[in-house]
Amino acid sequence: MSASPALLLAFLAVMLGLASSAVSLFADRQPRVLRLMAMPLVGLSGLAALTAGLLVLIQGGSFALTLPLGLPWLPWHLRLDALSGVFLAVIGLVTMAVGLYGPAYLRGFEQGRDSLVALGGFTGLFLVGMLLVVLADDAFLFMVAWELMSLASYFLVAFQHEQPANRRAAFLYLLMAHIGGLAILLGFGVLAAFGGGFDFDAMRAATLSPGWASVAFALAFLGFGMKAGLVPMHAWLPEAHPVAPSHISALMSGVMLKVAVYGFIRVVLDLNGEVQWFWGLVLLAVGSVSALMGVLFALMQTDLKRLLAYSSVENLGIIFIALGLALLFQAKDHVMLAALALVAALYHVINHALFKGLLFLGAGAILHSAHERDLEQMGGLLRRMPWTGYFFLIGCLSISALPPFNGFVSEWLTFQAALQAWQLDSGVLRSLIPIASAVLALTGALVAATFVKVYGVAFLGQARSRHVRRARAVPFGMRLGQGFLAVLCVLLGVLPTQVVHLIEPVSAQLLGTGIPQASANGWLWLTPISSDTASYSAPLSVFALTLIAGVAIWWFKRRTARRAKRCDPWDCGFAAPTPRMQYTATAFAQPVRRVFGLLFEIEEARTTGEDGLQRYRLRIADRLWGWLYTPVARGVESAARRVVRLQSGNVRVYLGWTLATLLVLLWIISGA
Amino acid sequence: MLSAWLIALLQALLCAALAPLLVGWVRKVKARLQNRRGAPVLQPYSDLRKLLYKETRVAHTASPLFRIAPYIVFVATWLAAATVPLIALDLPTAQIADIIVLVGLLALARFFLALAGMDVGTAFGGMGASREMMVSALAEPALLLAVFTLAMTAHSTSLASVMQHHLTDGFLLRPSYLFAFGALILVALAECGRIPVDNPATHLELTMIHEAMILEYTGRHLALMEWASQLKLLLYGVLVVNAFFPWGVAQDFGPLALGLGLVSVALKLGVLAVVLAVGETVLAKMRLFRVPAFLNLALLLGLLGLLSHVILEVGT
Repeated sequence: MSASPALLLAFLAVMLGLASSAVSLFADRQPRVLRLMAMPLVGLSGLAALTAGLLVLIQGGSFALTLPLGLPWLPWHLRLDALSGVFLAVIGLVTMAVGLYGPAYLRGFEQGRDSLVALGGFTGLFLVGMLLVVLADDAFLFMVAWELMSLASYFLVAFQHEQPANRRAAFLYLLMAHIGGLAILLGFGVLAAFGGGFDFDAMRAATLSPGWASVAFALAFLGFGMKAGLVPMHAWLPEAHPVAPSHISALMSGVMLKVAVYGFIRVVLDLNGEVQWFWGLVLLAVGSVSALMGVLFALMQTDLKRLLAYSSVENLGIIFIALGLALLFQAKDHVMLAALALVAALYHVINHALFKGLLFLGAGAILHSAHERDLEQMGGLLRRMPWTGYFFLIGCLSISALPPFNGFVSEWLTFQAALQAWQLDSGVLRSLIPIASAVLALTGALVAATFVKVYGVAFLGQARSRHVRRARAVPFGMRLGQGFLAVLCVLLGVLPTQVVHLIEPVSAQLLGTGIPQASANGWLWLTPISSDTASYSAPLSVFALTLIAGVAIWWFKRRTARRAKRCDPWDCGFAAPTPRMQYTATAFAQPVRRVFGLLFEIEEARTTGEDGLQRYRLRIADRLWGWLYTPVARGVESAARRVVRLQSGNVRVYLGWTLATLLVLLWIISGA
Repeated sequence: MLSAWLIALLQALLCAALAPLLVGWVRKVKARLQNRRGAPVLQPYSDLRKLLYKETRVAHTASPLFRIAPYIVFVATWLAAATVPLIALDLPTAQIADIIVLVGLLALARFFLALAGMDVGTAFGGMGASREMMVSALAEPALLLAVFTLAMTAHSTSLASVMQHHLTDGFLLRPSYLFAFGALILVALAECGRIPVDNPATHLELTMIHEAMILEYTGRHLALMEWASQLKLLLYGVLVVNAFFPWGVAQDFGPLALGLGLVSVALKLGVLAVVLAVGETVLAKMRLFRVPAFLNLALLLGLLGLLSHVILEVGT
């Protein structure tokens, strides 16, 4: 067995994840084992995965390996190619940050009653599941790894199971993960039936009729879209992500959703047959709705982690808009543009993993030090925990797609791809793509509003409660984990040309062409189509920004020896301002809530209590619950009530049903 | 190549130098329309000078972000303004940042402006920030759609290429340009905080947007914030006149062409300022919750421009 170093490293990453899981078994006797051994092993596993991914991206090629595990006639096939390389690197980056952050964060759980064995054990298994999904080269291993990932994360969501809300969230998650898993399984079934085998090579070689290819696409989209939290299949996401411990939330939002994107790309662009143009349209529509609804709901939230979870829905929407563009251009034979859109989607995949991981770790730091998730109680945290504050600011700037940070680059690339819509020959498509880009523009502006709200309310102003006033800086390890991701956010924003060059092999692998012109003008210039069409130089913008700001500050420092004096804020000549007079998160979002009111189910009430005090109550709900989820749940229940008549308690009746089923199955098999 | 960089630098400095003049001119015209004599046209320079030399005070409750924000707001706005071709095309600055980056830089400035408003922890700052973000949430997409129409027509997101395309195209009246022009005007009014969206002269607490965010600033910080907002007015003015009426802009770097470029852009901006002043004199400020309707109109115009371009103008 001769294996490449990249594949060996990936294998090592899996083994380290398993080892982390194994050592956690001793955590109930020796709680320290979790932070001294399990978390460092997780971090090392991340490092190995990152190195493996980078190696395969730089060296190129693809490495396959068959392990004598699994079913007797279907051993486990592993493969590491450019596509898995990118996602392996994404998993590795966030996992490394979690490995740095985890030990200090877990200290807070050591005195708790919750089982540390479960926490450490399932974290390792969760990681192993994600790594194996990305490495799998046959449907069987893929599904095993997928279920391992789903189940392990279910137990992590249900970790603090004493609160009924967490149990409900976990159950909803389990339910929807399995409906999605079923759809993926059926999708693989379609592909395997045509390919005559469960390994991906056979599926790739098969030729599907457009109809069956579309069926496989629909099933894959349903299954992976459910895991990715696209609207209207998003309901589990804002429930499940916030209730897990924060470093797990970072992994779930930052990485697990990306694994769903990986699965989708693998099935649709690699395994499935000829791409149909209307697939792209479906993706554009669903992506646009997800992006817009996601950000609007995020803006309405006051629970920080819930807000971040809704923002993940929005970001996955953006990724799927870019993927939709890629499919559209691919189906219409504009391969270069498809490659551009695919690179934009992958760039956003990496970016979202970085900044969402960073923001969740920041939310965890606040939770750790102020024991607060509610924005309405926060305030003034920048002065109490400055490092977390500045890292969080970088995360907010990145996610709001502001230059020169990383979120801007992927959004810019997506816009550039969308603006090439004039090359399409169909008038309908030409006019639908601009609408999607309008939605993307609206989303971008609303994201900025959301994160101004988050940062302004949580980190600026004055503390709104006593425990937040007592917050103080978090331990070094937690700062290190956040700092790692923050530095990467800046680097990926300032050096986009290198990153595009790094992820280009994926589009070369899947679509047959990269975008060589993007980096044709040297590392300073990013020119995705040609330097006349569009060019952006992040390094020079940063240089100009810092140069002018530096000169201005130096000039003022030199000229005025006096420091700025401190004084009281302006109080309009009335009483001095108190923290309660500040704008709250709800108040901040009120104008937008009024503008987009029709999209929400809003209950607003003002009552006067017995003590004569006015009370204001506001509940904002998702209309989709009433429109989609409750009717489906009722339908399932009433169907179950009908089926329950079969359960008579009489063994002879059961045997009769079994016989009838067998006969029907035999008839089907003999017919085929 | 070196001369191009030098002219780009010169143009950037010119932007910063001319921005107060434009504001002074608008105020002067407005005053004369209202039968007042008004302050001298050069008054904004004196104001900036005064503020730069005055003592700077910072509230007790302010964080370090409050003190760094004016620099970021000013620099980001200036960089954005420097990428717009003012007197000459084909400058290297246009390669550094295209229209989307320009919108992004303005968004960066706005982000820090809003954060600075929320930093001290008074009600006004938060109110201004919340309203500003609401206005921009609708104005920014409208702006992007308007510039996308131009970009799609020219097959380039570089503003210089857009103007070049327009110049070689001759005066061809495109329906999409009309829509985009309407959208851009509405967005410019909203983003620069002009009547009917916001009143730059007001300090009435309940109606102000921009002024509410910079209420706590004094001295050099205030000077930078004011200068940035003057730059923003200039930027939008140049965007309106040069993207839609690019005639006169220098296409080579000869002194004659550059001089002509400067005179033509000054004339165009002067006329635009008069139109703005007349508009501000005859219109009243809208209620805050009428503003979304105003901006939805801008968004709709932008979308119509883009759609009429891809449906009517592509491929014919």
